[in-house]
Amino acid sequence: MSSRLRELFATSHAEGRALFVAYTTAGYPSREQTVPVLLALEAGGADVIELGMPFTDPMADGATIQHANQVAVEQGVSLRECFSLVRAARAQGLKVPVLFMGYYNPILSLGDEATAAEAQASGVDGFIVVDLPPEEAGDFLAACRAHDQSFVPLVAPTTADARIKKLAAVADAFLYCVSVTGTTGSRAVATDTLPAFLARIRAQTELPLAVGFGISTREHVERVSKLADAAVVGSAIIAAIDAAGPEGAAQGVREYVEDVSGR
Amino acid sequence: MTAEAALSPRFGDFGGRYIPETLVGAHEELEAAYEAARRDPAFQAELDHLLTHYVGRATPLYFAERLTAECGGARIWLKREDLAHTGAHKINNAMGQALLAKRLGKPRIIAETGAGQHGVATATVCAMLDLECAVYMGTEDIRRQSLNVFRMKMLGATVVPVDSGSKTLKDAINEAMRDWVTNVETTHYLIGSAIGPHPFPTIVRDFQSVIGKEARQQMLEQAGKLPDVAVACVGGGSNAIGLFHPFVDDPVRLIGVEAGGEGVRTGKHSATLVAGRPGVLHGTKTYLLQDPDGQILETHSISAGLDYPGVGPEHSWLKTSERAEYVAVDDEQALEGFKALTRAEGIIPALEPSHAIYHAMQVARELRPDQDLLIGLSGRGDKDMHTVAGALGVTL
Repeated sequence: MSSRLRELFATSHAEGRALFVAYTTAGYPSREQTVPVLLALEAGGADVIELGMPFTDPMADGATIQHANQVAVEQGVSLRECFSLVRAARAQGLKVPVLFMGYYNPILSLGDEATAAEAQASGVDGFIVVDLPPEEAGDFLAACRAHDQSFVPLVAPTTADARIKKLAAVADAFLYCVSVTGTTGSRAVATDTLPAFLARIRAQTELPLAVGFGISTREHVERVSKLADAAVVGSAIIAAIDAAGPEGAAQGVREYVEDVSGR
Repeated sequence: MTAEAALSPRFGDFGGRYIPETLVGAHEELEAAYEAARRDPAFQAELDHLLTHYVGRATPLYFAERLTAECGGARIWLKREDLAHTGAHKINNAMGQALLAKRLGKPRIIAETGAGQHGVATATVCAMLDLECAVYMGTEDIRRQSLNVFRMKMLGATVVPVDSGSKTLKDAINEAMRDWVTNVETTHYLIGSAIGPHPFPTIVRDFQSVIGKEARQQMLEQAGKLPDVAVACVGGGSNAIGLFHPFVDDPVRLIGVEAGGEGVRTGKHSATLVAGRPGVLHGTKTYLLQDPDGQILETHSISAGLDYPGVGPEHSWLKTSERAEYVAVDDEQALEGFKALTRAEGIIPALEPSHAIYHAMQVARELRPDQDLLIGLSGRGDKDMHTVAGALGVTL
C-alpha cells in the first residue's frame, strides 16, 4: 500500500479534518494542459488527486467524464502516457498522493505486474478500478501489494453488509463510497440518506471513508466533510475546465477548487 | 454437464464478472433467481408453453435440396429460426429473461440492440407481459434499421438514441449499463447476446440452446444421423452458442463465422475471434478488437447485428480449447450468400446468417454427398432490404 496515502488519512483523521479529493482525466483538455491542471489542483487545495486513465468505454461515467475520456483517447493518451504525465508533474513539484482511476482493460493490456511496477516508479500511489471487484482482482491486487500501491475498493448503496466487510478486507488506505446509484455527475449527492449509508459501512469497518459521485458545490463538500473522512469532486472539475476554456484551464481549475474546497 | 458446472462464472480463462460495485447485488440476485427458475418445473412449463404457442417452436429443420445440388457436396440443412415470431432467434432469450424479470418483481426492462432484432423481440415480449420497455440503439443503427425502430415504437417501447462513440451496438450497451446503474432497483437489463458479466452468458446460452436441442433431434429424425458440421454466424454469438452447445460433446465440427467487413486486412471489420486478443469489456473477459493500449476499436460490417468488438466468452473458450473454429466472411461474400439462398430456395435470409451461408457453401463443396452440414439460419432478411438494395446500387 502507499504509505504516503495511509499517513495522510491517519493524520487528517487524528486532526478531525476531512480531506479534499479532486478528479481530472489525463489528457484533458489536452496532453499539454494535464500537468498544469494537476499542479493547479494541488495549489487550489486538493489533498489527493484522482487521475482518470482514459478509456474508450467508460460505462459507469456520466456525460461529462465520458466526453473527457473521448477527447483524451482521440489524442492517443494511453496508460503509459498517464505515467509519464505523473512523472512530469512530480518533477515540477507535485507533492500530493495521486490515485489512478478508470477501467481494467488498459491495465490488463499493459499487464498487472507492469502496471503496478510502472506506477511505483512514476510516483503513483494506487488504483481505483471501477470494473474490477475484488473477486476478479487477484493478480492485480498482488501486484499492487508488491509495489507499494493502494487498491481502493468501491462501496455502493446497493452493497450488502456482509460484502462491505469483504471489500474492507482488501482495502488498505480507505474505502471509496459511491453516494448514489448512478453514473458520475448525473445526480446530486443524497445528503439525507448518506448518514445511514455511512453508518452501515462503519458498522463493518474502521477504515477511513471517502464519498464521491454528485458532489459539486461548496455546500455539498461541507456537508460530506462533516460525515466522512474525504469528499471527492470529479465531473464538476471537468466542467470547470470546460468553462475556463483550453488556455485558461489551470487557472480556472485552481479558482474552482479554492472555492469548492474552502481552502 | 452438472448443474454446478453450468453455472460456473467462467469458461476456461474467460467470462467472470467485471462490473461496477453498484451492480454486484443485482447480478447475485439474478444468479440466484435463475438457479431457482431452472430447477422450477412451473417456470419451465410456462416458458415451454409460450415458446410453443406464442413463438411458434419447434422451428423447422429444412433440407435445402437446390442449394445442396448447386454446391455439389454435403447435404445442407437449415435450422429455420427466421420462422420464429418476430423473425429471428432473439425471442428465445427475450422470452426467457422477461419471465425471469417477472419472477424478480422488476416492472421495467431495458435492452440494447444493433440490428434491431433483439429490440423488437424484447419490445414484443414486454407488450405481451405488460412490462415497461426502453431500448438503447446507436444512431448509426437507427439509420440502417429504421423499419425495426418503427416496429419497436408500435409495440410500445421507448427507443433511446445513442450518439456516443461509434454509435453502434457497443455504445448502446454502455448506455444501457448506465441506465441500469441508475435504476437497478426497478429494472432488469435484458442483454440480447451471450455476452456481459456472469450469469448473462450462461442464461442467454441456456435459453438459446433450444435451437441446438431441436436441431439435434430433428437431424436424427430427418437425416438419420448427426450433422458432420454445424455453421453459424457470430457477432456476440448467441445464435451460434445456442446451436453449438448441444453438439459440444458430439463428433460435430463447429464453425463460427464472423463479419469480415471490408476485409480483415483493411482493419474495417468485426472479426473479433479471428483478429482480436483477450481483454475485458462490458463485464466479461473475452476476445476483443483493441489497440496495443487496450482501447476498444471501432468495428465495421454490412450487418448491424454483427457489428461488435467483443464476443461471448464461451466462444473465446471454444476457440482457445480448439473445440470450435472461427473464420471471417466479408461484406461482398455475405451478399453472395444472401443471393444464393434467396434464388435457390426462396428464403430471404438476414445479412447476419448470410455470412454463415456463404462459408457453409464453401465447406459443403469440400465434403462428400453422404455428409451433412447444418446452418443456423438465425433470422429473415426483410429488415435488410434497404441495405442490400444500397449495396447492389439499387434505389428503392
